[in-house]
This record gives sequence, C-alpha cells and structure tokens, in this order.
Amino acid sequence: MDLLEYQGKSLFAKHGVPIPAGRPAGTPEEAVRAAEEIGYPVVVKAQVGIGGRGKAGGIKLAEDRRAVERHAEAIHGMDIRGLIVHELYVEQASDIAAEYYAAILLDRSAKKPLVMLSRMGGMDVEAIAESDPDAIVSVHVDPLVGFQGFHGRRLAFDAGVAADVVRPVGSMLERLYRVFVEEDATLVEVNPLLVTDKREVVALDAKVTIDGNALYRHQETVEFRDPGAEDPQERMAEERGLAYVKLDGNIGILGNGAGLVMSTLDVVAQAGGEPANFLDVGGGSKAEAIVDAVEVILSNPNVSAVLFNIFGGITRCDEVANGLVTAFGRLDVNVPFVVRLDGTNDEEGRRILADAALPNVHVEKTMLGAAARVVELAGSPEGTATE
Amino acid sequence: MSILVGADSKLVVSGLTGREGSFHGLNNRRYGTDLVAGVTPGKGGQDVEGVPVFHTVHEAVAETGADTSMVFVPPPFAADAVLEAADAGVDLVVCITEGIPVHDMLRVYTHLHRGATRLVGPNCPGILSPGKANVGIIPAHFFSEGNVGLVSRSGTLTYQIGNELAQRGFGNSTIVGIGGDPIIGSSFIDVIALFEAAPETELIVMCGEIGGDEEERTAEYIAEHVTKPVVAYIAGFTAPPGKTMGHAGAIVSGSKGTAQAKAEALEAHGVRVGRTPTEVAEVAAETLAAAA
Repeated sequence: MDLLEYQGKSLFAKHGVPIPAGRPAGTPEEAVRAAEEIGYPVVVKAQVGIGGRGKAGGIKLAEDRRAVERHAEAIHGMDIRGLIVHELYVEQASDIAAEYYAAILLDRSAKKPLVMLSRMGGMDVEAIAESDPDAIVSVHVDPLVGFQGFHGRRLAFDAGVAADVVRPVGSMLERLYRVFVEEDATLVEVNPLLVTDKREVVALDAKVTIDGNALYRHQETVEFRDPGAEDPQERMAEERGLAYVKLDGNIGILGNGAGLVMSTLDVVAQAGGEPANFLDVGGGSKAEAIVDAVEVILSNPNVSAVLFNIFGGITRCDEVANGLVTAFGRLDVNVPFVVRLDGTNDEEGRRILADAALPNVHVEKTMLGAAARVVELAGSPEGTATE
Repeated sequence: MSILVGADSKLVVSGLTGREGSFHGLNNRRYGTDLVAGVTPGKGGQDVEGVPVFHTVHEAVAETGADTSMVFVPPPFAADAVLEAADAGVDLVVCITEGIPVHDMLRVYTHLHRGATRLVGPNCPGILSPGKANVGIIPAHFFSEGNVGLVSRSGTLTYQIGNELAQRGFGNSTIVGIGGDPIIGSSFIDVIALFEAAPETELIVMCGEIGGDEEERTAEYIAEHVTKPVVAYIAGFTAPPGKTMGHAGAIVSGSKGTAQAKAEALEAHGVRVGRTPTEVAEVAAETLAAAA
C-alpha cells in the first residue's frame, strides 16, 4: 500500500522524524485555512501517488493568502499523468541550503533492510544511480540488531554530508528506520532530505509503502486508504478477497494459483491475445467465489472473451463447473467462455458443463489449446461457434 | 533417495486442530507420512483421529521424537510458530501459511539462518517425496516416484508441469514448493544443491517467476556447481511493472525482476528454458531420453 506524502509524514511525525509544519486540505478553502494557521510563505502540494509533481505544476510556493487561493484552485482537480488531484498538502516553506537523499528498502537478495544516503538529493535517484553510482552510499542492517549509531555515522561520513549535520542526519536515519520497522514499511524514501539555512535537517518529502500483509496491526494506516482513488474492478475484487490485477487487453482470465495464472497470461499473449486481467481465484475455490470472480471479470467493459484455466489440486473442477453454471444463471453473460478443467474431478466438471449446455461455452482439454481458442473467439465477440 | 522429507520423517503439525491443519495433516498421514503429533496451545492432551496433541512443540518433540514441523497457523501467529519449532530443535520447518508480514520473516530468516533448522516456505504448498512422504498440500495423486527433482515458487503451476511429466511417463524424486513470498527460508540454490547431491535425481526442473533476482543468482550457481541437467520455466512475461501478481513476491520493481531478464540469465548459463509448461515437460522428457 503506497501512502501519499501527507500520510507518510504523519507516520514520520509519530516517530519523531523532523518535518516542516503542514496540514492536509481536501478543498481550496481548507488550503487557505491551513495556510493562515501555518503562516506565510507556504507551499501548496498536490497529493498524488506519482513522481514528477513539481514539473507538472503540482507544487507551488505561495507568499500570501491570494497566492494560496490561486494555486490551490489550479492544483485541485489537476490531472497529473492520468491521476486527478483530490487532496492538497499545505506546508511551511523551507529555505534550502542543501538537498540530500535517504531511503530504506527491503533488499530481497541480502534478506536485510538496506539504508541508503546520498548528497545528491532533489532529483531522480535512478538517474544518479546510473550516472554516478558512487554518489549513493548504503549499508545493510541486521534485522535482529536494528539500526545503530555507527550505521548513521558511516553513511553520513561516507556520503560526505557537511560535518556540522552528520549528527542530525544520523539521527534522522535512525528515526526513519524506526518508521520502517514499527510501521511495517517495505519502503521509506525521503527526497529531498533538506538542510535549511539554519542548519536544521528535515524531511521535505515522504514516500512510504506499507506491507499489505501487516495492515491487520496498523488500523490507523488502513484508514489512509481511499477506495475512490482505486480502479473500480480492482476495488471490487479486493472486497471479494480475490487477487486481481487489471490489464489493457480484452481477454478475461481466471485461474487457480498465482503461478498458473501468470503462466496463462503468458500463453495467451504467445497465442497473439491480450489479457484483460490477472485473476487468481485461490485454492479450494467454492462455487460462490467463482460467481464473484466472473462478475469482477465481466465488469470490465473491454472483455470480449473469457478463459478459465483450472488445474485442480485442492480446487475441485466440479466445484468450479458448478460455480460457472451458477454465474451464468445470475449474470447477464454475453461473451464466449473457454474453459479448461484438468486435475481433481475434471471429468465430473466437464460433465456438469455438458449437461448445463451453457450458451457459448467452449471446453478445451489442454492449456495451450484453450489459449489458442480464446484468442480466436476474442476477435469476434459475438462468436457463433459452439461446442 | 528423496530430499528433505522421506519415509523416516516424523511430523509434528502446528495448528493440527484447525480446519485446514487437520484436513491436510490427516491427508498427509493417509499418504503414509509418519504424523506423530499436533500442537495447539490449550488443547494438549486431546487427539485428532488418534494423533496426540500437545500444548508446545517442545513437549511434542520430547514425547514423540518429531524432527519435521509443518506450520498451519494464521499469519499473525505463524512467525512465532516457526520460531517455536526451531527452538524445539526440529531439523526442518515447512510453513504453508500465506500472508505473513515481511518484517516478521526478516527476523525469522535471520535467526534460523544462524542455527541448524532449515525452513521451507512460507506461502508454499510444501514438499512431496512420492511413495515416501507428503508434508503439505500438494495433491499427491498426480505424482509418481521417479528421477525428476522439481523446485518451484508456485503451487498449481508445479502440479501442471508435474502432471505433464507424468503423462510422458516420468516421475519425481521430490517436489519442493519454496513459496511465493519475498523472504523465504530456502532458495532455489539451497534445494538444487540437495538435488545435485541426491543420486536418485537425474534431472532438475525449476519453476520461477517475476520478482527479486533469485533466478539470476541460481543461473550462476548452476553454471558453477551443478552437473545434472536443469530445465527451467519462468512465469510472468506479461506482468506489468509495479503490480503484485497474486504472490507477495511476484512483482516487477521498475526494470528489476522481469521474466525476460531471468530467462536470459538462465539461458546464458546453459539452462534450457521452456516457453510453456508443456514445452518444459517436453524438453525434460527429451533430455532424460537422450541420457538414458
């Protein structure tokens, strides 16, 4: 779960990471009130989960009330690379003596947190990593020992930060590490990490990703979720406990098991088709889950054919077939389905489908055969061929 | 000789009194696995169809000599259960649970790595040594005894490939599901090293997917250390960046962790990569026929 800047900063504040004074605002009027409370000058910042806000005109300095009004009106509702700005953040303006970069992420290879620091902040870190990799220093932290003072000193000295801020930078990293662990984050990034004219060290931005598996122990983070900002199909799938990812194509895909579904998408693409989604209906799927899944897939208007690829292990093919029959009874289905049932109770499943004689449902025995068939049918959504 | 689990394994199941734990634990026993104990705090002294239940893993190990643990408890308690089993001194913990917070796994991995207990999983279907023992949720009836070692990050995809091999007349020495999480106890390299040393295994099939760089590192390891033929499959060529594809660990981050990069790394190190599960089985069958 990716947090917006102001959400990340609220976690920073909770763990004592220094940040400039700021207030979130849902409307231009609220932005003005926030600015009046904070005192001028302020910065009005678009709250969208995407980089490049500044370049897009989503971050503006305002010296007075009228400037806040003007900028807040302009930014609220702005389209930044496809995302509409619904929320603003009004923050006390900071003077900038130096911009650094700090990040803590999960290094899967080393199986340890990796803490990174660079003196070259305020710009695209991937570009720095490519052009000048030595400008970014990093250390691994033993998860059972945690972040120590020496980690901070080593990073600060190796990165070459100004001598007078080595201590506050180290302290900032230590507190960011606390956010990383105690909030179950998989990424904490501060770009830029600011040194002000008064030599204070503050986090001017916050990019935080929280582990979805740990949300059960972070109620306050769960409340940051904005269902309105999510894709409608993805939200519908999540409410029904289905693993679903929307894609750009027109062939709806359902399978059991993440690996098998990924493989199904690949095989469909190899056959010349374009998947409309990833949907893992899970192990041991009951009929009701199948009905839910079909509804989610068909709610995407781009779908012109659907492929079921089931290899029954714990999942029983007869349950899947019954689910499909129920779905056809309850939903208005007007696209062709290709169904491949293999594994546990596959013959029974195929018999259920044959008995139900569902319109425009095509049964295939193999995964490759099913992929080829659905690609053929997706081209002609009204598909006249029958089994 | 199978790897990890075999006829001698003595299994204790954490969560045996739960719905999933009892269903699969008893299923494993029916297959022939020596299920000696269950653990559910507060239910010590009870039994599940004759299998004694203990309050703690320590007690279960002391009373029954269990050496293999299967963890079947909900995500908030799973890390604790894995650590308990390791502390009680079992040789192997197989953790089936999906959805364990990754920070919990960082601590568990780091702790276990310093000791003698091996972890397989979490978020995995377990381990099956056909004809000997089944520890987990792999549907055993698709598999027969044979000489193909199978290691995979995915469950159903493994059944698909195993079934295609079976249709061509090949069985398996052991099938190991290492799990789809970003932090897992045993890597491809760990399992492939065991297959390399196991005389019964003549060919290794590895089944990877997007996310991380394990497949790339495995490719290098295979080139340097593995004499047996390895055939690979990678899932997720069509996965868009930044999206978690079902498994917590299956995510392309920026330009890192793509299926393309993994397949290329494996091929560059002499590992044949099948484009579809069917092709993997075909290549494996050809390779074995050529060696026979």
